[in-house]
Amino acid sequence: MSTLSLSSAFGLLLRRDLTLAYRRRAELVNPLLFFVLVTSLFPLGIGSDSRLIQAVGPGVIWVAALLAALLSLDSMFRSDFEDGSLEQFMLSAHPVSILVLAKVLAHWLVTGLPLILVAPLLAVLLSLPGEALGVLLITLTLGTPILSLIGGVGVALTVGLRRGGVILSLLVLPLYVPVLIFASNAVETAAAGIPTTGQISFLAALLALSLTLAPLATAASLRISLS
Amino acid sequence: MANSNAQNEPRFSARRLECIRDDRRLFSDLSFSLEPGQALVLEGQNGSGKTSLLRIICGIRLPEDGELLWEGESIFKLGPEFHQHIAYLGHKDGNKLDLTPFENLNMARGLGKASEAVDIEAALERVGLYGFEDIPTRNLSAGQQRRLAIARLLVTEANFWILDEPFTSLDRQGIETVEGLFDTHLANGGMAALTTHHRIDLARAEVHRINLSA
Repeated sequence: MSTLSLSSAFGLLLRRDLTLAYRRRAELVNPLLFFVLVTSLFPLGIGSDSRLIQAVGPGVIWVAALLAALLSLDSMFRSDFEDGSLEQFMLSAHPVSILVLAKVLAHWLVTGLPLILVAPLLAVLLSLPGEALGVLLITLTLGTPILSLIGGVGVALTVGLRRGGVILSLLVLPLYVPVLIFASNAVETAAAGIPTTGQISFLAALLALSLTLAPLATAASLRISLS
Repeated sequence: MANSNAQNEPRFSARRLECIRDDRRLFSDLSFSLEPGQALVLEGQNGSGKTSLLRIICGIRLPEDGELLWEGESIFKLGPEFHQHIAYLGHKDGNKLDLTPFENLNMARGLGKASEAVDIEAALERVGLYGFEDIPTRNLSAGQQRRLAIARLLVTEANFWILDEPFTSLDRQGIETVEGLFDTHLANGGMAALTTHHRIDLARAEVHRINLSA
């Protein structure tokens, strides 16, 4: 297999998934709406103490982003499993891990990227100081792809189960915890005016690690789920 | 020496396969080989392991014991290199209902080794779906969706077709069309392994039969 046909297969699959997402865009809005609703409920629940809201803000945004990502994970492989396209991917003339990467990228573009785009709005709502906003966006940009990549492994393992939802969250949430800790800590530190290079480097390292390992693990998990 | 070895080896062979499902041994010590132009028809009652055997042949499912060889090399070691030679049609059509037939076949071409001789329009015409290329697959009838799945066999260079009940939901004329496609495929040196309840009429090809109930 030449590299040209591999990259064209990657592009085709990416475009196919984006087309599919566009044709069922009503489902797309759900995780985003969830993210906005949960985050905007907190100021209402906590009351008008802006210092308290400021203190919990970073954590709230990141917990909501985590749960929104979890909510959207199942769509990554479920419909392909049900209509038999997943078998066709496994029998492709290309390495499955590369195809998985295309699917994860498509998933991130339609679920992770919108979260980053609405985040500034929510930062204002939670009265996050201006210097923390930039760091929040950096952590979301580094962190949400990790959520999609790790989530892919969990979905691949549970796609064959009829009620995989609970097991999926049990599998995936513990792996999300490092991202949550480093990301929300980075935003808090930035709000206090302290440099955050350490936390951000850690997130970048996590991204590099999951980018290289998660597609392989996902491909292997899909193989197990289908056999 | 690998070359001379490959010449003696059958194109595809299975040796001493064993399959166990839910503590039940479906078959064991099953061996066969296939050469270009030959077809393998699996027979047996419901639940005798026909689908399991087909999934083992294409490498989706692992056999409990035995080995599968393509030109003398294990298909699991070959991986994608083996997959470019096969086209699998399972119980499920493998079509995306939100995509058009054209988009579905385009994806299939991207996943495999795209055929140079047969383009998407030609494949759709051969299965009787000409003029439907831009209609959402969801709006096609079950038989037409099955025809689309069969068109997928034609758009890649794959020469080993692995088919699980290919005639499901096809009308009489559809069955004749697909039989014609099989005949041409085998006459051109293709190979096939399939299960079917329909009495398949392949006049020109050499057909092996395995009865899994026996």
